[in-house]
Amino acid sequence: MSIRNDEAGQNGGRPGGEPGLQNSAALQLRPSRRPLGSLYSGNVRAVVARGLKATWGSNWAIMASGFVEPVLYLVAMGVGLGALVGTVEGPGGSEISYIAYIAPALLAVSAMNGAVYDSTWNVFFKLNFAKLYQGMLNTSLGPLDVALGEITLALLRGAAYATGFTAVMGLMGLVTTPWALLLIPASVLIAFGFASFGMGITSFMKTFQQMDWINFIMLPMFLFSATFYPLSVYPEPIQWLVQAMPLWHGVELLRQISAGVFTAATGIHVLYYVVMIVLGLVLTTGRLRTLFLK
Amino acid sequence: MSHATVSKQLTKTVISARGLTKKYGNFAAVDGISFDVPAGESFGLLGPNGAGKSTTMRMIGGVSQRTSGELSIMGLDPDRHGPEVRAHLGVVPQQDNLDDEIRVRDNLIVYGRYFGLPHSYLRPKADELLEFAQLTDKAKARVDSLSGGMKRRLTIARSLINEPKILLLDEPTTGLDPQARHILWDRLFRLKEQGVTLVLTTHYMDEAEQLCDRLIVVDKGRIMAEGSPASLIHEYSTREVLELRFGSERNATVAAQLEGIGERLETLPDRVLIYANDGEAALEQVRYRGLHPLTSLVRRSSLEDVFLRLTGRSLVD
Amino acid sequence: MTEPHRPTAREADAAAPLLGLRVPLTPEQSAAKARRFGSLYFAEHWLRTMRGYGWTVVMTAVGTPLVYLFAMGVGLASLIDANTAASLGGDGGSPGSGSLPYLVFVAPALLATAGIMVAAEENTYSVMSGFKWRRTYYGPNASPLSSSQLVGGHTLGLLFRLLLTTGLYYLFLLLFGAVPEPAGWLMIFTAALGGMAFGLPLMAYASSIEEDKGQFAMVQRFVVMPLFLFSGTFFPLAAMPWAVQWIGWVSPLWHSTQLGRVLSYGHAEPAWLTVVHVLYLAVLAAAGWLLAKRSYTRRLGK
Repeated sequence: MSIRNDEAGQNGGRPGGEPGLQNSAALQLRPSRRPLGSLYSGNVRAVVARGLKATWGSNWAIMASGFVEPVLYLVAMGVGLGALVGTVEGPGGSEISYIAYIAPALLAVSAMNGAVYDSTWNVFFKLNFAKLYQGMLNTSLGPLDVALGEITLALLRGAAYATGFTAVMGLMGLVTTPWALLLIPASVLIAFGFASFGMGITSFMKTFQQMDWINFIMLPMFLFSATFYPLSVYPEPIQWLVQAMPLWHGVELLRQISAGVFTAATGIHVLYYVVMIVLGLVLTTGRLRTLFLK
Repeated sequence: MSHATVSKQLTKTVISARGLTKKYGNFAAVDGISFDVPAGESFGLLGPNGAGKSTTMRMIGGVSQRTSGELSIMGLDPDRHGPEVRAHLGVVPQQDNLDDEIRVRDNLIVYGRYFGLPHSYLRPKADELLEFAQLTDKAKARVDSLSGGMKRRLTIARSLINEPKILLLDEPTTGLDPQARHILWDRLFRLKEQGVTLVLTTHYMDEAEQLCDRLIVVDKGRIMAEGSPASLIHEYSTREVLELRFGSERNATVAAQLEGIGERLETLPDRVLIYANDGEAALEQVRYRGLHPLTSLVRRSSLEDVFLRLTGRSLVD
Repeated sequence: MTEPHRPTAREADAAAPLLGLRVPLTPEQSAAKARRFGSLYFAEHWLRTMRGYGWTVVMTAVGTPLVYLFAMGVGLASLIDANTAASLGGDGGSPGSGSLPYLVFVAPALLATAGIMVAAEENTYSVMSGFKWRRTYYGPNASPLSSSQLVGGHTLGLLFRLLLTTGLYYLFLLLFGAVPEPAGWLMIFTAALGGMAFGLPLMAYASSIEEDKGQFAMVQRFVVMPLFLFSGTFFPLAAMPWAVQWIGWVSPLWHSTQLGRVLSYGHAEPAWLTVVHVLYLAVLAAAGWLLAKRSYTRRLGK
């Protein structure tokens, strides 16, 4: 079990059992020398496979419906509110239609929402009610397998939604540059950032009431992160505060991509998420260690 | 104090059912049963899952309308005088339905309010009931922190908040460990001593034997037999039972060779039962015929045997 | 029979007293009180439960208006007011009110939305879990209370929370200077009525669900969300094509919002339309109430 490489979640092609190698390792019960050996067995795939089964088995309709929400927002706000707002200054200083202005922002919001839902409510339920993880951890799986598996699931879903939404943008004539294809991987990056953090934070939660706190953070972030109007309407100190929030970086990143305008800030936005992912994973793994391997 | 009242109410009938029937579509969950329960009696409904016990209890409890037949609780028709009937009762349902969003003691107080009882009575009464249920130190605890046995006791305490003269208990100890069951039985004995009429359903024969003065055996919505545990055993079974195991494959074939030993023979998939007044003597006879079971056990007859005799099926699958 | 061993039980019992305290009411008196005040008793229980998540209730009631008012009423408004205010008056045919600030336009809609959201929160999972997971309806159902009184008590509790929420929201609207007309305070009640008009039919639906297949997530996405977005909330209904305007007409949120606009800034619309708003909301609430009573009675009396 110690021979498999650590990217099991992605490699996908390797069959689960290689009897010769595994048996000889098992007979000697040699402890793994790999770092994180007690946390990780390199079998993220098993967790992902279970998740996909559960998804397609029971609640695919709900999954599919998640795609509808940002589209509704786009139509309502873009068309209805757009009539009141007119044009807005887009990335690079050119005037763009209001619907073109909010479309990438809504994509960023939906990436955040999906990832946060998957990594908080969903995980909270499994952790506290379904006792799913206790069962998983009685097998050779480690907590990091579980964490990465859950996050991978969230990302798969996020990628599917992002693809659908980008297609809708194309149909509505909001795609003006080939760069727009990058919206999909960039959405996954945003989702990854929120998912890796969300799971760590959820592990502290004990009651449903505490879970409500997550909504209290999400709602203002959704409304204030330059989603529906430019940052310039705020006084300067508030602008700084908004710019410290992760969603603002996501909104700006996607907005730049959709316009095909890149600046030094693009790099900062990406870096923000890379740092967030790393810190989130460290936090989540540490928490899972204290929760399950006391 | 309470003993004086017990002797006075012996003859009054508190529950009376005639041809009581409940149908769901074409399916008769309860199929025309009749019985009377005198005040102060401990009355049991024994039967397997799906026999119609819970449905009967819900009709008595005034929360399920009967399809036909007559039913009277303290002289009142529960379908027409639901609130009045329910005001007389304490109910312990099969599944706990405590409110886990409020504290243990508050569960009692809130429930008492449904009976229009004032807080000045409910606060000390709640403490008294918590003591009765041995939950005093849990008064401020969250309900979901209680064990299964504690939740059951809290539910019983809750059902006593209005000092009911009739207590309905639906499978009161199902899912509890043996020690928790004995604590619970003891609490119920105390209530019985105080003159409370107990009506309980169970599919445990030991529970029925311990708690019931009289019981009806129900199966598929009908009454199969009625009487005290001892009289039912006397009527439908022998004094002792010899249980023999010959191994899963051989039980059926060996059974033919056992004919004539004891009064009656039952062949189950895993064992053969020989009903006899003297079990040891029966075992001697088995050995005498050159048969050597893997295990043998002589025991007293129980209500399980009564049920097997009446329906040809085991009580607990 | 096996000998039951019960020493542990016995030990603890030695000190347990018999029940001494005498109940002050006869069963007949209990039943009479329950028939008269049963709904109130259940509402009392409901409020006691709400205390358990009181923090959430208050945070929602205070935080939501602040966040929305800053975002929509101030942030977005600066964009719209700079562009044009003329189109706001266009709804319902009153071109004269060209100088209407966006904050004033959107405020009644935000208040009405709060009513709908509270109703959606209280009348979905908590109703279903009363029947299914926590089974908390079955306790009172075995007491002298009737099934209809459970509906009554729950509705009273909901009304209390609605008024608490809309009342606080109204105070925030005043702080933001979003309510020009003195009659604006009546919005507290029209928004609560809107919450009832949406919440009671939802309650009837929730009480009829036997198995959780994610129905509420679907309601959230395919009912609540479209209503929120297409009920003339953030822009006049007339700004949308005819094909989606019907959503506004059937939406309790639109009727509740329009009522609020009439009260808050004297939005010009024919008197009969105002009457239709009130009637429509009242009829929805009453129908939901009757359906919920029927559904509760049927389900609890099985």
